[in-house]
Amino acid sequence: MKIFALIAVIITGGLLVFSTNEMPDWGSLASPATTHVSPRYLEKTIEETATPNAVTSVLADYRGYDTLGETTVIFTAGIVCILLLRRGKKS
Amino acid sequence: MIKQCDNVIVQSVSRFLTPFILLFALYVIAHGHYSPGGGFQGGCILGASFILSMIAYDIAEVKRRMTEKMNTVLTGVGVLIYAGIGFICLLLGANYLDYGVLAEILPVGTAKARALGTFGIEIGVGITVMAVMVSIFLNLASGGEHEEGSVE
Repeated sequence: MKIFALIAVIITGGLLVFSTNEMPDWGSLASPATTHVSPRYLEKTIEETATPNAVTSVLADYRGYDTLGETTVIFTAGIVCILLLRRGKKS
Repeated sequence: MIKQCDNVIVQSVSRFLTPFILLFALYVIAHGHYSPGGGFQGGCILGASFILSMIAYDIAEVKRRMTEKMNTVLTGVGVLIYAGIGFICLLLGANYLDYGVLAEILPVGTAKARALGTFGIEIGVGITVMAVMVSIFLNLASGGEHEEGSVE
C-alpha cells in the first residue's frame, strides 16, 4: 500500500515540477498578474483615492472586503484565545 | 512565569520608551497612506508597548491602566468601526465599503473621501490588532490566570 502512495506522490510532484515550465518568468511584464488590473490600480490610485501608497489603496480600498475578513480572523483568534485559555482565580 | 522585575534600569528605560513607542505606532497607522505601514503594523507596535510594560513591571500594574474588560471590548470595537464604515456607505446608497460616497457627509471631494474612509478602517484594524496582541500575550504568559508568577 505504501508503495502506491509513494508512486502517487512522485507522479503528482513530477507533474507540479513539469508544469512550472509553463509559468511566466519572474517579474515578466507579459504575465497575467501584471497585465490585468495591476496597471489600472497603479495609474488610477492617486486620481481615485488620493493615496500615494498603492499598497494601502489596494489593501484597504479596492480590496477592502478582503481586509475586513482578515480583521475578523484576528478578532476570532483573540476571542478563541480568551475562551480557551482564560481561567478564573484558583479557589 | 512573569514576575515583578526589580531592575531599576529595565523599569526606567521602558517607562522612558513607552511614549515614543506609542507615538511611533500612531505615526505608522496615520502615515500608512504615504509610506509602508497601516493598521496591522501600527496595531502590533501599540500592543508591543503594552507588552513591554507588562514585562518590565508586572501584569497587575498594566491591568490597572488597561482593564481586561476594556481590552476585550476594544477587540470588538475595531471590527465594529470597520464594518460600521461599510454600513454608513450602504446607508448613503452605495456598495458596501465604497468610501467614495462618504463625500456626501464629509466636506471633501470623492477621492479625498476614499482616503479618509481608508484611514477610518485602518484605525479600526489597529485597535483590533492591539487588543488581540495584548490579550493573547496575557493569556499565554500567565496561563490564563492573569497573575504574575502563578505558573512555574
